[in-house]
Amino acid sequence: MSLDFSFLTLKVINNIILTGLIFSIKLTLISMVLGIILGTLLAMMRLSKYKFLSSFALAYVTIIRSIPLVMVILWVFLLIPLFIGRSLGTEYSAIITFTLFEAAFYAEIMRAGIQSVKRDQANAGYALGMNYFQCMGYIVLPQAFRNMLPVLLTQTIVLFQDTSLVYAIGAFDLLKGFSIISKNFNRPVEAYILATIVYFIICFGLSYLVKRIQNRVRIVR
Amino acid sequence: MKNKFVHNALVFFAIFTMTITGAMANTLEKAKTTGKFTLAYRESSIPFSYLGEDGKPLGFGWEMCKLIAEEVKKETGRKDLVVESQAVTSQNRIPLIQNGTVDVECGSTTNNSERGKQVTFAINYFYTGTRFLVKADSGIKSINDLKGKKVVSTTGTTNYQILRNLNDEKKYGFELLGAKDHADALLMVESGMANAFGMDDILLYGLKASSKESAKLAVVGESIQVEPYAIMFRKDDPKFQALVNKVITNSIKSGEFEKAYKKWFQTNIPPKNVNLNAPMSKELKDNLKALSDKPAL
Amino acid sequence: MFTLDWSFLSKKVVGTQTYFSWLMTAWETTLTISLFAFVIAFTLGFLMGVLRTTQNKYLVLIGNIWTEIFRNIPVLVQIFLWYFVIPKIFPIFSKLPAFALAVIALGLFTSSRISEQVRAGIQSIPTDQRYASLALGLTTYQSYRFVLLPVAFRLVLPPLTSEAMNVIKNSSVAFAVSIAELTMYAIQVQEETARGIEVYLVVTALYFISALIVNLISIVVEKSIQIPHFIGGKK
Repeated sequence: MSLDFSFLTLKVINNIILTGLIFSIKLTLISMVLGIILGTLLAMMRLSKYKFLSSFALAYVTIIRSIPLVMVILWVFLLIPLFIGRSLGTEYSAIITFTLFEAAFYAEIMRAGIQSVKRDQANAGYALGMNYFQCMGYIVLPQAFRNMLPVLLTQTIVLFQDTSLVYAIGAFDLLKGFSIISKNFNRPVEAYILATIVYFIICFGLSYLVKRIQNRVRIVR
Repeated sequence: MKNKFVHNALVFFAIFTMTITGAMANTLEKAKTTGKFTLAYRESSIPFSYLGEDGKPLGFGWEMCKLIAEEVKKETGRKDLVVESQAVTSQNRIPLIQNGTVDVECGSTTNNSERGKQVTFAINYFYTGTRFLVKADSGIKSINDLKGKKVVSTTGTTNYQILRNLNDEKKYGFELLGAKDHADALLMVESGMANAFGMDDILLYGLKASSKESAKLAVVGESIQVEPYAIMFRKDDPKFQALVNKVITNSIKSGEFEKAYKKWFQTNIPPKNVNLNAPMSKELKDNLKALSDKPAL
Repeated sequence: MFTLDWSFLSKKVVGTQTYFSWLMTAWETTLTISLFAFVIAFTLGFLMGVLRTTQNKYLVLIGNIWTEIFRNIPVLVQIFLWYFVIPKIFPIFSKLPAFALAVIALGLFTSSRISEQVRAGIQSIPTDQRYASLALGLTTYQSYRFVLLPVAFRLVLPPLTSEAMNVIKNSSVAFAVSIAELTMYAIQVQEETARGIEVYLVVTALYFISALIVNLISIVVEKSIQIPHFIGGKK
């Protein structure tokens, strides 16, 4: 069979592929930032001496990690309107879903990060008269974050790949862009080959970057 | 750790076994006090309710919804009533009606008795049955030609259910596949992965009209299990039900309904400026006289 | 007012099938896809992971390319690729049922992740062991077979558990290509019964139980192969 990519005009790239790509990137970045914040809080709760907090965090992380993202996407889309009384639309729904979902994964990474900082350091902080939050904010978290930076970024690449699952609620992401092309031009083979190439370049490029960052972090330590 | 796993699971499900409240019974009362009335629209139910190129809803049902909003303005005596619009999907339309997010939906929702337990339907305003989209040169003319063939339908639709049940009862002997959306199902027929796409005929006409290779496709077969579409709103609200039915009845009697039908089903419509060429079915013609809201089974 | 109503489960679908028995069939499909995919993933992932730790740069290259390709393309795109693209380019694949294509796609995707774990596992073994075994006169094959792999296998078991759970979770995208598994059940049945919350609840619970089962299996396996006072031994 012969491939025909002639449908790939500037207009198509601009209107369809870029629109999808921008949403995917936006979704990834916002969920990454919010997810790391929420994940760090969960990690702190998980390591807290209060049993209530640690069991809550453990339950949250365990449950989210054992159900498929597609189901979480469907849940949030179905439940949010029932609780807040109105629908948020697919974009916000997706952002909320990915933040809640990825937070469970970032939480495990941040927990390992916090545990990688020697206990003496926190104790030294307390000895200096710092309270828990000062100690975390000034001493533990910056190091934990730095130690875990490559892992956090690797998880973010996974997050970017996962954004392709928003098809379940019909949001317009990068993959949706390619499936629109496949339909409009009746060229599914070419459209999905292009999708593969674009995702590969982005993800491979990012993981190459992460490797470089990893080396730099290593040298500094 | 493992015990906690089980414990947490139980807590998680306990949260959901609690009841969720928050519905309001009287729509007109609600509109009067809040000054707001919300119409639900679908993003791609051509030509009932869908988004135009400017991103605003339009369609046959949408026009009906706007007439209803006008009537609500009159009935409540609030000229300043704010009419809002809200997108719904086939997954969330019923919960959103129930919890009061939207007040009325004029889309392509099948009026059946299962749903009738949860919402109320107005006078049926369209009838459609399941038919098949096939390649014109496939030689498939009816459901009897499908033995040993692959038939695709969209997951999450009543059509999938109808075809499955029919295949079981009448032993047509086709293999039923599920596609994640209409576009994928169409793609499967076009690429030969499925021989026929079973769906509401009106949606098939829309898909065929917007396909690049429209001439190579055909909608075939007798309509299977003709079902009514109807406007949907909250249950146990006789005042609002009377208002909606009055709007529909008036538009049928004044000839407005038929005009709107011609506009959306038999002339070129946006966004691709295609004509669906779907003449009024016998069932709909009959119901314009009977004015019934009888559900499908 | 909204209350949960589970009566749909006992309703008839077709023939003798009820929504409950359909649910069980769907669960079985989810588990079957996952099992086959995991076998493929484990076999190829282990092989590729080992190749990447050998001294032969071509073997390393093969392992690396394999891993990078299947790791850097979203699983849903890979499924579409196997379903819509590969059969067009290589017609032989059009003879395979969708089930097999989904299994291959999931298996290859997961193999890249297992390959990463295996490579990391082998590389975390002190290099002394490799050299010691070579010094004892073992061939490369023997040093892997008798020294490195037994240790590596135990080391990668915990991450393998989470990969096994991932396969089950990722099998949910197979619904996009006509596989009647749990997610497809959720989407279809919530439409047929208009009982979205109940349907999602029961499907979510089954995914949860599946993860629990994998967890329990891995605990048993880990216990049975644990070497006392050695890596992998429980604290």
